[in-house]
Amino acid sequence: MFQTADMFKAFAPYRGNAVVIPGRGGRHWINLSDKPDRDVPLGDPAMGGHASFAFGLAMSRPDEKIILFDSEGDILMNLGALTTIAEKDPKNFYHFVLDNGVYATTGGQPVPNAENVQYDVIAKGCGYPSTYSFDNLEDFTNNIEEIFSKPGPVFVTMKVAPEVENTPINQRVRWQKKTRDQTIADLQKDLGPRKA
Amino acid sequence: MADEQGGFSPQTIIDHLKANNVTHVVWLPDSETNFLYVLLQQEPTLELVTVSREGQAFSIASGLSVGGAKPVILIQNTGLMESGDSMRGWCMGMNIPVVLMVGYRGWTRHGVDTDTAATYTEHFLHAFGIKYYLVESDADADRIQVAFERSERTKQPVAVLIGDEFHGFVQR
Repeated sequence: MFQTADMFKAFAPYRGNAVVIPGRGGRHWINLSDKPDRDVPLGDPAMGGHASFAFGLAMSRPDEKIILFDSEGDILMNLGALTTIAEKDPKNFYHFVLDNGVYATTGGQPVPNAENVQYDVIAKGCGYPSTYSFDNLEDFTNNIEEIFSKPGPVFVTMKVAPEVENTPINQRVRWQKKTRDQTIADLQKDLGPRKA
Repeated sequence: MADEQGGFSPQTIIDHLKANNVTHVVWLPDSETNFLYVLLQQEPTLELVTVSREGQAFSIASGLSVGGAKPVILIQNTGLMESGDSMRGWCMGMNIPVVLMVGYRGWTRHGVDTDTAATYTEHFLHAFGIKYYLVESDADADRIQVAFERSERTKQPVAVLIGDEFHGFVQR
């Protein structure tokens, strides 16, 4: 098991010019990122949809590398999305999953069968051509270059330490630096017009 | 409203999708739109994206739209009702202009519901404040264009309810 913040530090040198959707661990990414206009820290528009959103973005922009940091709770809520992603086979999509084993934003209750689910095996079974699983930072760090050398869709699940929040949602401090609308507007400006 | 030949031609929908520069059709097959599938597969300007649960269609459409593509969502009313939170968060909350083509399972013109899928469809749309247009036949098809225009203007989902009374599309 490793820390989300350490994972993002290890990932940062390999980001390149990719669009990054940092997901629920985004607070650890936004201060590391050197391309904030290519970051899409949406927070949580609706649970279970991050993979499909990122996949849609990847399909609309096949010339851009799209990197998502998903969570296992989101994956479980829409497992079927993995089959759609695998079928459409977006070569530019890199799907990382932070598996902390719990619903951290609701107080740390375990997700179903938390100790035994193998998300990389599920992704492989759904048709992802390349899958990885890591439970320590060293192995993850040693494989990042290989991960990005593979054509997408690539699925990478990582056992990370839970960062449990118990504060009621309306009392939490917002970590995003921009509004959602501004985030999207900045991304669209940076991407420029879509090729027909 | 039903035209003399009765029913609704799937080519009519294709024509409206093309006229509005739609790039992707995100869908889950249903009995009301089954005939459309054959034509969609043959249309090179439209990419089909098949989902396994309708809520996924809204988050996919959101990503497509943010990236500059123009999706439509093609689902049944049962799936629309399943999709409430995804529609709220990924499309309404993110100001995504997207037209929902919704197969109106259980719709009858005489007003007698025997299918609860129909009973709750319009109540559901009212609850979310989603504007909708009923299309029963080719004679109503100009409402599809109205839906596209409203969606673009409001940057919100707008629904087209395909009320074809279970007999399927007319193939012409």
